[in-house]
Amino acid sequence: MKQVTTQSHSDLAQIAVLRYNTRENIGSEQKEFAVNNRCRHLAYGVVGAACSAFLTGCKLAILNPKGQVAIEEKNLLIDAILLMLLVVVPVIIMTFWFAWRYRSSNKKAVYQPSFRHSNTIEFFCWGIPIIIIAILAKMTWTSSHRLDPYRQLEVGGKPMVIQAISLNWKWLFIYPEQNIATVNTLTIPANRQILFKITSDAPMNALEIPQLAGQVYAMGGMQTKLHVIANHPGTYRGLSTSFSGDGFAGMHFKIHAVSEQQYQQWIKTVKGSKKVLSQSVYDELAKDSENEPVHYYSQVKPTLYHDTIMKFMLPKSKADFGKRPLETKR
Amino acid sequence: MSWHWLFGNLTIKELAFLHNPIIAPAFGMMILAAVTVPLVLTYKRKWTWLWTQWITTVDHKKIGVMYLILAFIMLVRGFSDALLMRSQQAIASGNMGYLPPHHYNEIFTAHGVIMIFFMAMPLMFGLWNLVVPIQIGARDVAFPYLNSLSFWLTVIGAMLVNISLGIGEFAATGWLAYPPLSGIVYSPGVGVDYYIWALQISGIGTLLAGINFIATIVKMRCPGMTFFRLPIFVWTVLSASILIVMVFPVLTVTLGLLFLDRFFDMHFFTMGMGGNAMMYINLIWIWGHPEVYILILPAFGVFSEVVATFCKKRLFGYNMMVWATLSICFMSFIVWLHHFFTMGSGANVNAFFGIATMIIAIPTGVKVFNWLFTMYRGKIHFYTPMIYAVAFISTFAVGGMTGVLMSVPAVDFQLHNSLFLVAHFHNVIVGGVIFGYFAGFIYWFPKIFGFKLNERLGKISCTCWVVGFYVAFMPLYILGLMGMTRRMSHYPADTGWQPFLIVAAIGSLLVAAGIFFQFVQIVYSVINRHKPEHACESDPWDGRTLEWSIPSPAPFYNFAVTPTVSDIDEFWEAKQRIKAGEKIVKPVYRAIHMPKNTGIGFVIALMSGAIGFGMIWEIYWLVILGVVGVLAAWILRSFDTDVDYYVQPAEIRKIESQALPEGKV
Repeated sequence: MKQVTTQSHSDLAQIAVLRYNTRENIGSEQKEFAVNNRCRHLAYGVVGAACSAFLTGCKLAILNPKGQVAIEEKNLLIDAILLMLLVVVPVIIMTFWFAWRYRSSNKKAVYQPSFRHSNTIEFFCWGIPIIIIAILAKMTWTSSHRLDPYRQLEVGGKPMVIQAISLNWKWLFIYPEQNIATVNTLTIPANRQILFKITSDAPMNALEIPQLAGQVYAMGGMQTKLHVIANHPGTYRGLSTSFSGDGFAGMHFKIHAVSEQQYQQWIKTVKGSKKVLSQSVYDELAKDSENEPVHYYSQVKPTLYHDTIMKFMLPKSKADFGKRPLETKR
Repeated sequence: MSWHWLFGNLTIKELAFLHNPIIAPAFGMMILAAVTVPLVLTYKRKWTWLWTQWITTVDHKKIGVMYLILAFIMLVRGFSDALLMRSQQAIASGNMGYLPPHHYNEIFTAHGVIMIFFMAMPLMFGLWNLVVPIQIGARDVAFPYLNSLSFWLTVIGAMLVNISLGIGEFAATGWLAYPPLSGIVYSPGVGVDYYIWALQISGIGTLLAGINFIATIVKMRCPGMTFFRLPIFVWTVLSASILIVMVFPVLTVTLGLLFLDRFFDMHFFTMGMGGNAMMYINLIWIWGHPEVYILILPAFGVFSEVVATFCKKRLFGYNMMVWATLSICFMSFIVWLHHFFTMGSGANVNAFFGIATMIIAIPTGVKVFNWLFTMYRGKIHFYTPMIYAVAFISTFAVGGMTGVLMSVPAVDFQLHNSLFLVAHFHNVIVGGVIFGYFAGFIYWFPKIFGFKLNERLGKISCTCWVVGFYVAFMPLYILGLMGMTRRMSHYPADTGWQPFLIVAAIGSLLVAAGIFFQFVQIVYSVINRHKPEHACESDPWDGRTLEWSIPSPAPFYNFAVTPTVSDIDEFWEAKQRIKAGEKIVKPVYRAIHMPKNTGIGFVIALMSGAIGFGMIWEIYWLVILGVVGVLAAWILRSFDTDVDYYVQPAEIRKIESQALPEGKV
């Protein structure tokens, strides 16, 4: 909440424009969502039981994707559910049907205690789940490779790299090509694939932007990768999904997907910021803080991301060993 | 500082209950109970009774009852945590709610740890103890003294978790305490130490119990009870015991390494110095995934017994059921990575573990069909356990489906650690494990206590549980799809999550009503136990397996004459044979060899508790006392040759004629 207020008081006029665009966008999103996905949502409503009435009114981020990766993940989710409902629905019906039909008070029902084995039934008991799981396994194998977060997306152009560092308890994003950095906010060009290189200088976190792509862990001393694309301009919610301590609930941010032109303008505005992310500024930033406001840095120490990973590789020296020396124990 | 030798790191400042307004009343209640119970015991002069009849007992049935008492107490504790969490999240939309994040984090950690280790596991061991020996025609478990030790170690673990409520703090790391968060740098307090020692002590108890039940089932079956005549419940217990013996050592080692990291500044799981948190996460799930099958397999076993009994029909496809159980048992070892597809293992690895996971759905599906076809052409009597079974099959189908859904790695990238996941595992643990053990509890209760639980109250409680479960957890599925992640103490108002969380909170209140009626049911039934509707013969449900052939309550030696088995569902078949005119053979009683009570298990557990508490607070004299105490008790026991006795035929005849006027098979 604090983050949002700070953002609206931000000196960057650009943000206001983005906001406006976003609001328009959300309106059109919902219309499109209602038309395209009605069939699948009806099926899903069975699973959600009584809650289907709520579905139209709420923001089902995962069922309302805006990027190619998330769209494919959503389609996979719906297909897998439909496939499994082929068994689950009959099972639920049979449960209540048999329970009702063979109740002890029903004198018309056949009672056949010797019915304890049937090769035919057992053939289907094993056969039907095996067929369904085989189809699902095929889908799993293909999709695991196709949607591997490390794999470059099949769209034109080289991915734009953003280095993400999870800190206690905020996200630092470095744009190495532009030599700028932001905290708890992202602006990306729409329709261009982004490669997030992710690490942590804090307990494990995970970077997820539900409407654009699934998550990947952020781990200290290691780098993970996530390819993302926004096919529609708009403002989306990003967050950490892996619990990391007391300020964890505040580790979310807005990600603005904008046109190329707006993006270039945005970079210019950030370049106008007076703040520079040197090592000492970073060390200060890396200290615990909750609900950190948005920051923009016009310059970044070029090796900062690399150094953040590598500092855990260095030989034991208390000075090198991060912000909290070991002897703070107890 | 001068008192450090006596109190270690424990200072007045650490006594959380003195200055935390939320903890104070809860811990106050615990203190009150801890003071009142001894006073009542003294006033009623019951100390000797408590010591000779319960604390030192090695009777599997009494140990089983004590496990159940522990489970129900911890259910109340763990469920209180759940209510706090649900109410916090229902309120904290755009504000901080009423719980500070750190306290909230402790609560969800405690909820997970208590519900799995100190509620579900004791409930499970309670039923194992009550039922396994009398289902296989044995007089006790293979190692009765070890059984008593296992139980008391579990109790001590549970007590450490409860002490942490008022003295110090509990871990605020999530129930599996992933490093680096659980490392000394990010969790410098005693919370994680409480976690480590509580789980180490109870984990050893669990491991010993697993060994005990394998030995019991393999070696103590009565004549004729071949493996393929075992009741399915016993099969599932055997499978779960194998899992315990194979994976609990992994837990012990993993937590041991975490302890070395924290205490001796080692670097197994730290971020730097060659440590690797991914190793911890792999190890803990190599234990953790089989752990969920340890819980669910015996619940499947309970349903197999319940469905067959109340449908008046032998279980459909017995052999298939056995093979399905064993294949689940085996497969559960090779799926652990599905808990962290998002670690970036690569497509081949993820796909392998994803497909291995969904393969488990096949034998599980077979089991579901077998229960359904047991109901088919049966004569179903809807007593409470059977209602739980029907609720289970339908609920579990949904939970199974969402589980398979998340075993597709690309889908899991979106749903991992979301409330969808939380809804899924509660769907299978509440809808499967808990419903299963409650059904088993009501089903076997008459055998142990000699009277039935009230049906009406049981059905009310069951309804509250089932409806409450759906109201509490279906909104969580939707919240997961809305992108709400787990373990959030508060969230922005513009997410639109609040209405669903309010519904979930209402659901948790319904479950609270279910728990309330369970206690009412037990108290009411105890008070009215002599009324005709609670009375029960040796065989109140027209049962199928050997436990129903002995009197209710079961005599301490279980079987006056060791039974001989010639078929699956031996007791049912014997009843058919008698109906068909087979003569009842007058039993010939022989002296019965029984174990003597011993307090050594209790003493060892107590001393282990001293080691744990001493290590948590670095009170070293207490640690030394504990170690010496354990060793002394152990040595003392090994020189004790007076550990058994014989029950003479005359006494057996007397007990049997009182319990069972007419002859029995």
